[in-house]
Amino acid sequence: MKTKAMTEQLELFGCIQCGKCTGGCPVARKTVLNIRSMIYNMLVEPELDVKAHEELWDCTCCFTCVERCPKDVRPADLIIELRGQLVESGRIPETIGAALMGTFRQGNPSGMAREDRAAWVNGTEVKAAQEGCELLYYVGCTPAYDLRVHTVTRALARAFTAAGLDFGTLGTEESCCGNEIKRMGEAGLFEMLVEENSELFRSVGASRLVTTSPHCFNTIKNEYGLDGIEVLHYTQLVAALIEQGQLELSNEVNKKITYHDPCFLGKQNHVFDEPRAIIQAIPGVELVEMDRNRERSLCCEGGGGRMWAEGTNLEERLAFQRVHEAAETGAEILAVACPFCLLTLEDAVKVQGLDEQIQVMDIMELVNLSLGEE
Amino acid sequence: MAQKPRIGVYICHCGTNIAATVDVKQVAEFAATLPGVVVARDYLYMCSDPGQGLIQRDIEEQELTRVVVASCSPRMHEPTFRGAGRQGGLNPYLVEMANIREQCSWVHSDRGQATEKAKWLVASVVAKSALLKPLEEREVDVTPGAVVVGGGIAGMTAALDVADAGFPVYLVEQSGRLGGRMADLNRTFPTLESVAKLMGPLIERVQTHSNITVLLNSQVTGVEGFVGNFEVTVSGEIPNLQVGAIIIATGYDIFDPHRKPELGYGQYPNVITSLEMEQRLAAKDLTGSGKAIKSVAFIQCVGSRDAQVGNEYCSRVCCMYTAKQSLQVKELLPDADVTVFYIDVRTFGKGAEEFYDEARATGVRYRRGNISEVIRHNGRVALIGEDTLLGRPFDFEADLVVLAVGMESRADAGDLSNLLKLARSSDGFFMELHPKLRPVDTAVDGVFLAGCCQGPKDIIDTVAQAKAAASSALIPLLRGVVPVISETALVDEEWCAGCGMCVDVCPFGSASLDPLWGVSRINAVLCKGCGACATACPSKAIRLQHFTTEQIMAQVDALVG
Repeated sequence: MKTKAMTEQLELFGCIQCGKCTGGCPVARKTVLNIRSMIYNMLVEPELDVKAHEELWDCTCCFTCVERCPKDVRPADLIIELRGQLVESGRIPETIGAALMGTFRQGNPSGMAREDRAAWVNGTEVKAAQEGCELLYYVGCTPAYDLRVHTVTRALARAFTAAGLDFGTLGTEESCCGNEIKRMGEAGLFEMLVEENSELFRSVGASRLVTTSPHCFNTIKNEYGLDGIEVLHYTQLVAALIEQGQLELSNEVNKKITYHDPCFLGKQNHVFDEPRAIIQAIPGVELVEMDRNRERSLCCEGGGGRMWAEGTNLEERLAFQRVHEAAETGAEILAVACPFCLLTLEDAVKVQGLDEQIQVMDIMELVNLSLGEE
Repeated sequence: MAQKPRIGVYICHCGTNIAATVDVKQVAEFAATLPGVVVARDYLYMCSDPGQGLIQRDIEEQELTRVVVASCSPRMHEPTFRGAGRQGGLNPYLVEMANIREQCSWVHSDRGQATEKAKWLVASVVAKSALLKPLEEREVDVTPGAVVVGGGIAGMTAALDVADAGFPVYLVEQSGRLGGRMADLNRTFPTLESVAKLMGPLIERVQTHSNITVLLNSQVTGVEGFVGNFEVTVSGEIPNLQVGAIIIATGYDIFDPHRKPELGYGQYPNVITSLEMEQRLAAKDLTGSGKAIKSVAFIQCVGSRDAQVGNEYCSRVCCMYTAKQSLQVKELLPDADVTVFYIDVRTFGKGAEEFYDEARATGVRYRRGNISEVIRHNGRVALIGEDTLLGRPFDFEADLVVLAVGMESRADAGDLSNLLKLARSSDGFFMELHPKLRPVDTAVDGVFLAGCCQGPKDIIDTVAQAKAAASSALIPLLRGVVPVISETALVDEEWCAGCGMCVDVCPFGSASLDPLWGVSRINAVLCKGCGACATACPSKAIRLQHFTTEQIMAQVDALVG
């Protein structure tokens, strides 16, 4: 691949090779991925052999590199563009290919049947957004299909009902938001999803849209351009409902809890305080912080398409390191606000044999406990 | 002037600056055909001595009554050509310039069109010149004395020079002591001199100098007037200071590393700033608790060269003070591991590179790669980064981490900038009039800059700039008079209805209504010739000399006619 055009397009010339990107990259510590050196290659060599860089699929798009760069270069954008080259040439991991195909055919990267998308509801009171509603609840693929995450989606629906909100979901008509698709390098499919979803969202006439996942929140808020529709992550909405007295958390949860900031909520969208406000609003809770918190939170390795690609180093998972950090605080519960973090960290707790010590729960599961019996 | 004007037109090549794009010969030939023009010439450099000589000779021999020079911007050479006119015996206000460089040759590439435009510009100024009136050149007396704002090394140095030259100086210092930020330092680079030994005698001299009045716990609250005659109001004992010049030496703020939370400052007690390190080095106790230290790490460029915190500039002192501190650590603890993490090492001063060599020779290790994050690790802290020369990420454990914090413009710089109408550059520091040619002047005549209020610099450069500011401030003080512009507004009292519009629009407070006659009066000393009053006056009773309606209309007619 010729380097010139992409170097200009991404304005890589600002790079001073300080090393803060690779230095801060959680993946660079365990694989050969070195974005700083890749940028250097782009700057000084006329060509780059993309297919020789299998480690491009290691990046989790946590955006630590973008946050740390002192010269406003966006190193992660280069990874996404280079993945795009690989997608175009068809040289992609099989699992990524399957995720793209699944999204194209069934509207979700796990390739689950579209008709099952609303199965999570399971008797919970949820109206079809197509009838018109003030708040559109965009569920997202993993929260809709993954059995482990259904407790989160149902807890959200229950909380919205308890707060008396006029909300609805798109049911089986909902499709993937494309956040991960874009980061897998499939810009064309992403644009198609944006177009179709935007039209669908607008047709509902809702003034607000809330997501389960920080990943959906990120792309719909920052990459869709939905003028006139306020896009929220559920932690923002629920924190506001609690503060305004619309949602009352009465049951005590007498636990020591630590909170793991998801990259797409924290680092990339600076939502740090609302999740903590919810946790602290639960009676009986003691919130303790890990050493690395807020913008320094360690990525769980679930982003950037990594839920559908293993990467080049399976053994040393960042999630393993993270759950040990959480356990060191003495917390009994590791709270998360992202379905990917929930899955990766819960898995890590089991693999690391920490399940006697610490339990991974989504903030909504905690809220649900505090709301009491249905 | 009943006599027909005799106009000389001089087209400058400015080397190739103009001549490469504009056919200067053609412009000169065209100028010769314009009404009133008796001679039109082109020359390689009109501003040179022979160029000016041409003008002077023509004034005498051709009995010129007007001179038009078509060359660069009047901001560049108007004083030069007015001076040439004066030498030739012509009132300097009868010399006018057409800007065919900045406004023509530099911004166009088509030679034919640029030449046509140059002709129009010349024709327009020639038309105006015919209507010019001679104006009287004026001067006002200067109040002997200066105010120096800021009692750090810059302010004290400037105050001493002005005071030594025999003028009273008011040194206004916001805090309760002299010495500024420098007083917080331990030793200086590259000579390792003790700051206390340098500063003690200096403060003593300032405090005992018969010409210096030190005003501590005082702030400037207002400034009125102009070069030569400022009235500075100050909070404190002597509220009203009358001086001829002002030197600003208000210094800088230190970058607050809480704004880089990833570096762990405030979270880990063994992560400290370089300023805190100065105190520990002075006390010869690096941990602040007497604990043993095996490894000290320095992180460069904290708050400098960093768009994330809005400071894109290099703070210019951190590389050198880090070299100094690393040497001092080696002096105290020869066996300690001392490592400096850097992006680029900038040691540009006299003796500076040699000092950096010395630090490395003493065993200080320099590793290229700036630190991305500091985390807790095995009971110590670890620096997380990449050695960019090895291309290898690392965890580097240390007992003490020193953040080389940079400089920022003062948080209250905006207040002073509003009071004095001082411009600030995009980095927030006060802006000098020209980075190369007028480094200590400001856009406000009579106000000068010294030290870090203008941009980050070390003590060496600060003292040099302070002495430069003092010298520049002494020019009006020693001369005793300052020239004031003659292109001021004049009121025709016959036409003035006393509506007061001019009083409302004048930004310099020079217009007022005569309480007895009810007509407008313009204070010619305060007037800056902006023309706002003349434009606002509904009865056209105000005329701005040298920019009268007739003169401007003649220019416009020449362009559109």
